[in-house]
This record gives sequence, C-alpha cells and structure tokens, in this order.
Amino acid sequence: MADLLEPQDAASAVEAVADALASRTPLELTGHGSKRGYGRPVAATRQLSARMLAAVDFYEPEELVLKAGAGMPLAEVEALLGKAGQHLAFEPMDLGPLLGGPAGAGTLAGVVACSLSGPRRPFAGAARDHVLGIEAVSGRGDLLTTGSRVVKNVTGYDLPKLLTGSFGTLAFYTSLTLKTLPAPERAVTLVLEGLGDQTAIEIMTRALTSALEVSGAAHLPAGLAGYSDGASRTLLRLEGFAVSVADRQAALEKLLAGVAPCRMVEGEECKALWQAVRDVRPLIEPAASAVWRLSVAPSEGAKVMARLRQALGVSGYYDWGGGLIWVAVAPGFADAGAGPLRAALGEGHATLVRAPEAVRAAVPVFHPQSPALAALAARVKDSFDPENLLGPGRMVAGSERARG
Amino acid sequence: MVAMPQPDADVLRRRQEIAAALSRIVPGEGVITVPTALKPYESDALTAYRQTPLMVVLPETVQQVSAVLRYCHEHGVRVVPRGSGTSLSGGSLPLADAVLLGMGKFNRVLDIDYANRTVTAQPGVTNLAITRAVEGRGFYYAPDPSSQIACSIGGNVAENSGGVHCLKYGLTTNNVLGVEIVLITGEILRLGGKHLDAEGYDLLGLITGSEGLLGVVTEVTVRILSKPTTARAVLMGFASSLAAGDCVADIIASGIIPAGLEMMDGPAIKAAEDFVHAGYPLDVEALLICELDGPAVEVDYLISRVCAIAEKHGVTTVRTSNSEEERALFWAGRKAAFPAVGRISPDYYCMDGTIPRKKLPLVLERMQELSQKYGLRVANVFHAGDGNLHPLILYDANKPGELEAAEALGADILCLCVEVGGVLTGEHGVGVEKRDLMPEQFSETDLNQQLRVKCAFDAEHLLNPGKVFPVLHRCAELGRMHVHHGALPHPELPRF
Repeated sequence: MADLLEPQDAASAVEAVADALASRTPLELTGHGSKRGYGRPVAATRQLSARMLAAVDFYEPEELVLKAGAGMPLAEVEALLGKAGQHLAFEPMDLGPLLGGPAGAGTLAGVVACSLSGPRRPFAGAARDHVLGIEAVSGRGDLLTTGSRVVKNVTGYDLPKLLTGSFGTLAFYTSLTLKTLPAPERAVTLVLEGLGDQTAIEIMTRALTSALEVSGAAHLPAGLAGYSDGASRTLLRLEGFAVSVADRQAALEKLLAGVAPCRMVEGEECKALWQAVRDVRPLIEPAASAVWRLSVAPSEGAKVMARLRQALGVSGYYDWGGGLIWVAVAPGFADAGAGPLRAALGEGHATLVRAPEAVRAAVPVFHPQSPALAALAARVKDSFDPENLLGPGRMVAGSERARG
Repeated sequence: MVAMPQPDADVLRRRQEIAAALSRIVPGEGVITVPTALKPYESDALTAYRQTPLMVVLPETVQQVSAVLRYCHEHGVRVVPRGSGTSLSGGSLPLADAVLLGMGKFNRVLDIDYANRTVTAQPGVTNLAITRAVEGRGFYYAPDPSSQIACSIGGNVAENSGGVHCLKYGLTTNNVLGVEIVLITGEILRLGGKHLDAEGYDLLGLITGSEGLLGVVTEVTVRILSKPTTARAVLMGFASSLAAGDCVADIIASGIIPAGLEMMDGPAIKAAEDFVHAGYPLDVEALLICELDGPAVEVDYLISRVCAIAEKHGVTTVRTSNSEEERALFWAGRKAAFPAVGRISPDYYCMDGTIPRKKLPLVLERMQELSQKYGLRVANVFHAGDGNLHPLILYDANKPGELEAAEALGADILCLCVEVGGVLTGEHGVGVEKRDLMPEQFSETDLNQQLRVKCAFDAEHLLNPGKVFPVLHRCAELGRMHVHHGALPHPELPRF
C-alpha cells in the first residue's frame, strides 16, 4: 500500500502538501478512493485523502446552503439533506458499482472533483452549477478560499467552477460549500416501449421543448440485459408538487398520444429506474468491457450511436435527451476502441470511464484538446501546481512526472 | 476615486503608428481617433469615471479581432474590450494608453436550434434580442438583467450577469453552453458547444464573469427555455423589513423556489410609486413581490401557500395579479426603482453586495446607522430570494465632498456585506469601482492565485488592466516557487 496521509484539518493538509513539495513527492488526491480507477493512472506513491475532513460546518435549509468537510461521505450528505426535504439537485452519480466497488461509497470531494452530474442535469444544471465555494490547498501549499456561501457572487474569478471537475490535479479540497434545493414532492416516469433510437430522440426532444418541465429523458435501446430485454424503453420523468405533476402528466400523455404503448411508474420503481440510468447499471456487465461516456448535441445522439455500432459493435444507451451517451466496447478492440470511437463522434467529446489500467495509461482517457487549448490548460495547471505534484498524469498523458 | 495604471508614454507617442497598423487590419471606419468621435466611449454606466481612450477599434470578424489582439500583444499595447457599455462597475472604462475594442458590430444571431434548445449569437447581440428571436416559438433566454434592452450577451458573459429571475433559473454562467474566445495572443479557442459539458478543465466557467481580463468573447451559445404557461405575481406589504425577511425565509424553507422574490424598503416603495403608480401600498415599511410560474394549477396552489405564509408573518396588504397587464404593473415599479430614485435626488450611487439572507435585519439596521453617520439617504431594493442587495445612495454631485462621501458610504456597506459572510458584488462586477475593496474579501494568497490564473491567459497584463485586482504584480514576481534541497520557508513547523 502506498503511503497514505489523512489530514484532520486544513492546517495539516497545508503541511502535507508543503512536505510533499519539499521532498518532491507527487500526491494522489483521494476521498474514499472509490473513483481511483476514473482517469489515467496517477504516478504517485503517496495518497492524500480527505476522508477525515468529514464534519458539517453548517447546513441552513432556509438559506439553501451546506458547508461541509470535503471528505464527508455523499451518503451522509444526502441523508442530512433528505431530513430537511432537500437534495443536491444535480443528482450526483454513484460510479462505484461500475468501477467494481460497492454502491453508496464515495465523498462529496469525489463527486465535485469528478464533476458527476446525473439525469437531472439538462433541467437543473450540473455539479459545477451547485458548487458555491471551495477551500483547498494548491500545489504551492497555499490554503485558498474561493467563492462564498451565497449564490449571487461575481467577485473575482469563478475559481470554484475551475476547481470542480479538475480530478485532483489543481488543489486538495478541504471544505466544500454547496447549494441545496427542495426535493420534489412527487416524481413519476412515463415509460414508452418499442421506439427506435432516432424516434426516441425526437420524442424526448418534443417533451423537452414543451413547457412541461421534464426533469429526466433517457432511452434504453432494446437488448440491455435486465433493463430493456425485449423492447426498448424511453423514460420521461416529471417531478415537483403533486398537484403540478398530475397536471403535467396528463398534458404529457396527451402530447405523446398514440406514439407508443406506455405506462406510468412512480415510487420505488421510478427511483430505481433513474438510479440505474444515473449509475450506468445497464453496462456494468460484462465487467471486461470498456465503458465510454460521450457528450454530444442531443439531436445528434442517435446518429453518433449508429456510427459507433457500425464501427465497434457497441451496446449503450442515452441520457440527457440524447446528449449523454454511455457505451460499452467489447474487450477485443485495441485501446478500448478509442480511435474509431472518437472518429465517429463528430462534435462533442468522449471520456473513457472504465478500462483496465494499462489501457487507461495508453489511451487519452479525456478527450484530446486542440494544441492551443491544451497549452492553456497546462498553463492553468501550472498556476496552481507549478511542480506538478498533484495527481500527475491523471488527466493528460505525458504529465506523469513531477518537475525536475 | 480609484487610481488607474500610469499610461505608457511610449505607447502614447506611437499612437499614429498604432492607428495606421490597426487600420490595415480593420479598414474603412473601423478605427476611430478623432477626439469628438471618441467622446461617446469615454465611460460606461459608471459615469463618475471618464477617460478618453487611445483609440476605438470596431472589428467585424473574428479574424480581425485576432489580428488586432496579436498586434497589440506584439507591440505592448493595452486593450479594453467593450460590449454595449452598460457596466455599472466601470468594467469597460477606457485607459488613456489602451485600444478600446468595441464589439458592437458583432450583432447577428447565428443559429437558432430548437431541437437542442440553443441559440448561438455574436457577442454584440443584446440580451433581449435573444428572447425576441425565439419567443415566437414559445422560448426565452432566462437571465434578465434590468439593462436587457441594451446590454450585450458578450458583456453578460464577461460580467456573469444576473437579473430578477436568477433565483430559479440561474445566472449567465448557468445558461451558457459554449463560447469562442480570442486570447491576447490572437489565438482563437472554442470552449463547449451545444453539448452540455466541456471536456477538461471548466475554462468556460472561468471565462464567464472574468470581466474581460482573460479573453475577448466573439461568439456565445446559450440555452433557451420553454416559456412557462402561467406566471403570476403577489404583492405583499409588511410593517417591518424584519417581518418581510422572515416571510422570505419561510417561503424558501417550505420548499418553494419562486421565479422572482424581490423586496423594497419604505423610501424605495415611495419613490417607485410616485414615479410609475403601480398601486404599491404607501403605509408599509417593506414590500415583497413574489412571482410564481409554471402550470396554472401549480401557480394557483403556490400562491395560496405563499399567502398563508405571509399571513403568519403579519402581512398587511396582499394583492395577486390577475392578468399579464397587472403582473407587468407590479414589476414596473420595481424595475423603475433606479430611475424613480433618480427623480428624488440629483444623483444616486447604486451598490451591489450579497449577504446571507438571514443577516438582512442586521444589515438594514447597520446601514441605517451608516446613512446617518454620512448624512446621506439610502433606499433599498433587494433580490430577497438570493440575498443580493442594491442599496441606492442618494447624493448631490454638485455639493463639494458628497460624491466622496457617497463612495465612502458605499464602501462601508460592501465591507459590511463581507463582514456578515457575504460578498462585494452579486452581479455588477468588481470592475474599477470595487477593485480596491478586494482585500476585504480575499487574502493576499487568494488574490495572488487569481492573478496567476490571469497570467496563464495574459502574461503581460494587457487585457483590461486596472480592473478587478488592486495591485498588478508582474507575472514573474508571482513566479514559481522553488524549494531547493528540501529547504522549506518554515522549517520550524512539524511535518508528517
């Protein structure tokens, strides 16, 4: 086991980074370590974990704000918010089971660092839209305060957004301030059966362009074992006050009358469906396949999928009304199919979320950027972590080594 | 008054040569150097600050923007980008030795994509024009700063503009999907697009609200929303700001996020009512405007709940809009609050801080004390839902010392916002105005990190210098930290 440091407070986190600086020891930044397999392998023998920074600083439901230690378990955050009838509206994913671990593990820091937004993203925004403030230790050993506890804040650069989704390569989070929102009183899902991909995209578009506030739109093509074995299923979710949901449900049924056989699900069944979509459960098996996450213009989804099926024989499904595509590539393809997959993509980007370590070391896990953009990103990284000590190699190939 | 960077005498001397070079890039009338023609560009909406720019350049293509910036970069010429010039914080205040880069000719909507719910526009398109372009199909662009008829979408991105509906629908940053920007080096970058997240670091999130210091926006893709079927507003009068504030907290705690939730205090109510006759009650100390939108049944249901909550907090007047005209009238007073205050005072100074909502009673009380201390009246309008305060300080610029007193009072109010856990600016930006207050909110370490980010984009500080940051360290001074042979700055500290 690698060297593991678990600072108890921000001051000891600063010392840990200072010590790493002094000895030029690269650090892998983690929470519970449940998503260590997401990204390129990190060239570090020492882990700096946020897991002991797990206390709630404050939670004020009437102010819609939570400040907590970065290592607070996500499950505890969700339980705390749930007691006040609130939630994190971006519906954070649980990548644990996909990456071969248990469900329900992981920390707030992990969700923010990997920017894990769920099915509600098109309607409610992404993780980055709900992060109000981050306190973190940069690769210089500076304890930084970014953002604040209020939603409306344009004072200085929006560094919380930059730090969100930085995969532990810019700074070690010590505390996170998040926007909380009222959880919906009721949720129902209209399930349509038997639609082809293109038609399903069109139907989801029709629902999403209506005024019915559809808060989830996913399509599971036929043949996903356990989820759409016989016929495809298209899911459209409505959430909110019960009186409003009932009204919009009637309107949605009217809007889609005659399109396909459909039924309405709610309660636990509805919840389980969206958890499956959120956590990529349809693609967990077979475990040997590589799993990619593609972000595209929603209207292009079915075309992209058709090209991927032709090139790589993928199986997969759509979320975000077609804008988010999850696909599994069988183990036989070299480099997890990276070349043909990215060639088939067109605009948008593709991230390799699950693959053996050797593949993730060999293939750009994150989408390659134009030289000018990559150079800018490298300068930004340099501004926080000039010695390249934090998560070296995690995002960009060739950045494994700390500076000499 | 805030001091601006010393003009570079060498650049001033080279003015003609620079103008000639830029004229070759932007031919015709694209370069303005005639003093009378420069006059309209002397200030933005923070009119207390004025400065004639070195020259104005009005490019029409991204290639021209790129070539102008590359030239300025190579020749050490500062550049101030400008959209419609509606900044309330002096974000586009010219500098004597800087090219003012006006983006007004970038005025076309490039693409409307209903299937993907996006509009792609050039940066000079006004905020309202985006909604106008799609409202025929029942869509709109949600962020609605009160200057929306004039302010440009490029300026909105630069400032991360808000509006009265951002409580429910977010600020600009939550509604922008992609931009094309040009760096000071002339490099053209695309961040994001019609897809819902960008790869790599969230540079789009960083650019948004960067006040023209990191790059020049040449194209913007925003998401558009389907217009709610119904919107109604409730006017609620209270005998005290305290009661109104408690009512706001209770509405939100009960799980309701209104589309808009505004508060006005006594002086603001009176000024607005005298001006627009919106039917505001004059016997109250605080007025709430609460707008609810969505399906009609939901709106009716929530109005009844909001009214019940207001009753609990001793509301003295309640009126609910029953038509679009009436809803517009309720808002007319609020939206005209600034000019209304302009009628009762020769000059006013509009502040913009955000506080944790629960601190409102304390902040109002302390503001009252400050108002008395400086002998200047203050009227308050308040985005109550999200804690964004707009105190309007009434003064007379013709009376010696009053502008300075108004500025000092304003600074005290903003420091108070920070002291209670809030921030210096909620939506107007730091610009020139609040630049020197930045150390109130950020430590030197924090500011240095922000400056290092600036250096990653613009190492010579050529883009919009003198804004946002109080002291411009040269990038080299911020430089790299070198730890030689394990020697740390504080060897006495215990280590792991």
